[in-house]
Amino acid sequence: MKKVTVCIGSSCHLKGSRQVVEMLQYFIAQNKLDDKVELNGTFCMGNCQKGVCVTVDDEFHSVTPDNVKDFFDKEILAKV
Amino acid sequence: MRVFDTKVQHLKYKVLREVARQAWAGTLLQNMLDIPKIIVPGKVPTMRCCVYKERAILAERVKIAIGGNPANPNIIEVIDIACDECPAAGYSVTDSCRGCLAHRCEDVCKRGAISFDHNYVAHIDKTKCIECGQCAKVCPYTAIVNRKRPCQNACKIKAIDIREDGAAEIDNSKCISCGACVYQCPFGAIMDKSFIINVIDMIQKSENNTNYKVYAVIAPSISSQFSYAKLGQVVSGIKELGFHTVIEAALGADMVAAAESQELAEKGFLTSSCCPGFVDYIKKSFPALVPLISHNLSPMATLAKWIKSREPNCKIVFIGPCTAKKAEVQLEKVKPYVDAAITFEELQALIDSKDIDLTKLEEDVLDNASYFGRIFARSGGLSDAVAQALKEQSIDFDLKPCACDGIEECKMALLKKSKNLLDANFIEGMACVGGCIGGAGCLTHGEKNKAQVDKYGREAMEKTISSAISILKM
Repeated sequence: MKKVTVCIGSSCHLKGSRQVVEMLQYFIAQNKLDDKVELNGTFCMGNCQKGVCVTVDDEFHSVTPDNVKDFFDKEILAKV
Repeated sequence: MRVFDTKVQHLKYKVLREVARQAWAGTLLQNMLDIPKIIVPGKVPTMRCCVYKERAILAERVKIAIGGNPANPNIIEVIDIACDECPAAGYSVTDSCRGCLAHRCEDVCKRGAISFDHNYVAHIDKTKCIECGQCAKVCPYTAIVNRKRPCQNACKIKAIDIREDGAAEIDNSKCISCGACVYQCPFGAIMDKSFIINVIDMIQKSENNTNYKVYAVIAPSISSQFSYAKLGQVVSGIKELGFHTVIEAALGADMVAAAESQELAEKGFLTSSCCPGFVDYIKKSFPALVPLISHNLSPMATLAKWIKSREPNCKIVFIGPCTAKKAEVQLEKVKPYVDAAITFEELQALIDSKDIDLTKLEEDVLDNASYFGRIFARSGGLSDAVAQALKEQSIDFDLKPCACDGIEECKMALLKKSKNLLDANFIEGMACVGGCIGGAGCLTHGEKNKAQVDKYGREAMEKTISSAISILKM
């Protein structure tokens, strides 16, 4: 089980964490990874400058609504 | 810069700030007894008959600032030695009565309580008077005044009695901890218990949020407070105190609006459950209506529950305008989610206890909720949000809200409902006049506050309730 956590604190929210979450949910469903990826949210990872902050099994990534597809392919799809 | 409405608030703030300073330094236990002297140092009294009485009262304030009397379950406590035992004669005729010809006072009095002496001066027969105040309204000389105690006048649900020795006494079986008396007593003889030292302890033991995180959940009425600084600077200040981050309670309000609209459509009638004073009022004074209270937790508790479900060992502190929230967090169903509640007054004291100058701080951001979640802070906002949530979720329900602004309006609506005379299917109850922006724990209460809340609402990035809460569905 891959644990993906998206920051939904104010700063990341303003940078588009909602779009990131929605797209990740879409890709996860599209690739039928529901039982392999656990998506979760947290308020603030303390790394506001690098938002939208996302961790995959505790490894930090800086994601934007524009590169979320790349991020999903490389860091989630390729590794499950 | 004027931070508070009254000097009473300022005095209370000085006590809280000093208690907080000592608590941060770990010296509270050693220095607690010296705090009154730190606040009133000289020999010349400035508030009471002598400095010794001033200090004796301050010692009582210190006790309440560190949690108050544990044997008293009420959050609101009377400091009996601070109570001036104001005269409480009700309506009486003053020497402004000219002994006129018209005698409107006599005509308007339905009880025949007014008589006249040989100078035609009016007198009120207290055995007949029902304190309706009509005579005072019609007197052209405003010669009839209501000598009601400010605390009793503030308490619209009549929870304040007068003891035999003249001091005020709170009837806990009626009191809803709204804090109206706290704000109105000109001698500051009624105070709300403070839990700032618990909050300081939580922050210190978190070791910079490494052992566990401490979250601040902040009420949307913050937008009308701290007018000397920008909201973003207040957010920075809260983080500077040692909180991991600041989250809008208004996001919890969005969650509540969505759930409450569904519950309303299902049940056909509801009273809101957001305002702890209103909920407590129903429980204490209209027990038969308890089944009609929405089963939703308050926005504060709803959001805190969400956070704790993902991070069980974190600590959550609610910061708001409300004294009754301090009672709410002690309820069995709320206790697991919220670890402490403090007021804006107390936040100001905490910020100053660490000598943080908000005006010098960078502006941080605060943006989680929608317009509708944010306007919960003012009367009518909750009804608007429920209407919006019904619309967004395409729920076919003909909403007829009754937005009650202040506990007197709540009382009227509940009375009507209990007699089946209420033409509404949703009671929005707010114990404080104006809604949360009228809360006793606010720094200031002003005409512009409602506009401030609406402005803050419009600034929210998320424009709908469903877009604000969609992110939480993970």
